[in-house]
Amino acid sequence: MTGSAQTAPVLAIRGIEKSFGGIKAVRGVSFDVHRGEVLGLIGPNGSGKSTLFNCILGQLAPDAGSVEVNGRDVSGLRASDLNRLGVGRTFQQLSVFPKMSVLDNIILAGQEHHGSLLSRLVGAPDAGLTEAAERLIAFFRLSHLRDDLAGSLSYGQQKLVDAAMAFMAGPSLVLLDEPAGGVNLTMLGHFRDRLTAYNAEHGTTFVVIEHNMDFVMSLCTRIIVLAEGAIIAEGTPAEIRANPTVIDAYLGG
Amino acid sequence: MRRHGRLLLILLLLAAAILLPLGQKTYVVYVMTSWLIFVIAAMGLNLTLGYAGQISLAQASFMAIGAYTTALMTLAGWHWLTALPLGLCLCFLIGLLLGYPALRVKGHFLAFVTLAFNTLVFLVLRNEEWLTGGTYGLVGMPRPDFGLFNTDRQLPFYYFTLAITVLAALGLWGIVRSPWGRAFKALRENPIRAESLGVDTRRMTLLAFAIGSAYGGLAGALITPLVQFIEPGSFGLGHSLRILLMVVVGGAGAFFGPFLGAGVVILLPEVLRFTEGYYLIIYATLVIVMLVFVPSGLVGIGGRLRQKFWPRRQLRADMAEGAKLP
Repeated sequence: MTGSAQTAPVLAIRGIEKSFGGIKAVRGVSFDVHRGEVLGLIGPNGSGKSTLFNCILGQLAPDAGSVEVNGRDVSGLRASDLNRLGVGRTFQQLSVFPKMSVLDNIILAGQEHHGSLLSRLVGAPDAGLTEAAERLIAFFRLSHLRDDLAGSLSYGQQKLVDAAMAFMAGPSLVLLDEPAGGVNLTMLGHFRDRLTAYNAEHGTTFVVIEHNMDFVMSLCTRIIVLAEGAIIAEGTPAEIRANPTVIDAYLGG
Repeated sequence: MRRHGRLLLILLLLAAAILLPLGQKTYVVYVMTSWLIFVIAAMGLNLTLGYAGQISLAQASFMAIGAYTTALMTLAGWHWLTALPLGLCLCFLIGLLLGYPALRVKGHFLAFVTLAFNTLVFLVLRNEEWLTGGTYGLVGMPRPDFGLFNTDRQLPFYYFTLAITVLAALGLWGIVRSPWGRAFKALRENPIRAESLGVDTRRMTLLAFAIGSAYGGLAGALITPLVQFIEPGSFGLGHSLRILLMVVVGGAGAFFGPFLGAGVVILLPEVLRFTEGYYLIIYATLVIVMLVFVPSGLVGIGGRLRQKFWPRRQLRADMAEGAKLP
């Protein structure tokens, strides 16, 4: 499923600029991401990927430009509000809640999207989410670990739990920050397979920052290459592989 | 299976709490009552510190606010039951305010802010003589009278306190197993991740302080009729540290930790009384030994023993995964 011009973009980035001191980390980057797309953001270290990511997520305030999610300007929103607007994310480093069970990790990721503050105190302990959480856990093939503490899982399994949490609230957009980092090869194939399946089933839009080229090329439907804070190429994985500018700046090395 | 065992254990302990004081000397009943009161205060701090991960060295000051509010109102002729809600609300609101610094500072710095607050409350109680009686404190507060059930004698007052402790524990149980409790734990373990999952960490931090403080206020409201004499010295920093010790010794973040912790901190000195001058030394040594060998608190000992004698089959998660996957 690729984006079409008729639907409003899930994520619209317009002229984002960000400098640190005298260094321009991002120089006027603009792009749209449409429903169901899996967009890869790649580029050498220092190309401005993370800065851009942080601007999208409101962790950094851009010097210029705007970020719109489903047609709504989201600049200045707190992370929790952004999440409630349907934006899920993962972090570069593992971010599960180690002393909570896998099930509790997943339920937590959905509970704030249900009911009111009061109903979350006096209502059902699981906020009525056990079934939905179990389905998601099964989707990521973690059912046998449901009641284990997240901290007792292997690194790769924790990465899966981490990703599953980002999906629990049924977001329209998920930003994945180096999902493949530190995951072993067997697990990596499984991980990519699950992400692709989730995208196909739910039409969720992904934006992925990733250094692992095989992973990003096989996962993404479109790739944007950043270098020195600007977009130098954009296209399908096959096009990017063949692009001489990219090979020169990055891939060829 | 384990759930039933746990429920049975709780009922047995509750039966013990009901039967044990029968026929005991007034003093023993008095000590047991103060144990229950500190259990309530420690339960509150356990929520703030153990579950939500926000350190507070001000729990005694909330006991003070609860105690003085109840004292002043019962002295003015109000019934204890009508004075209580006011004390609780006051503690809740002031606790909410004390939570605001926690939004900016963490860890040791937060400890210092709350420590300063405790000192501030102490000074207000000591200096505002027109209201609090200054260093002389307040005396002669009546005990609650429920017509047929009068708590003037020590044993009825103990049962009265026990009933309130059970209610307070049930309330806390409800909180920690609700989505709020899950959000509190998430706040403790990874606030940035929690925020990214839609948890309003600001609000949950404030609530953790407010609810914990209200429990402190409830404990204070019970101290007033128990001792029938309150003075600022009973709510100094040392007492906040004692409550902190109860939480840590019992096991921070463990629901039954405060019962054990308060038991050790309140009852152990009484048990060790026969050693006279040495009791503080023995007591301090025991606490150090315990913190070295069971840092997860006394509640953690049970889990450790279970792990040792009935180890749960731990599958090497990553290998199992590798075998199962294509």
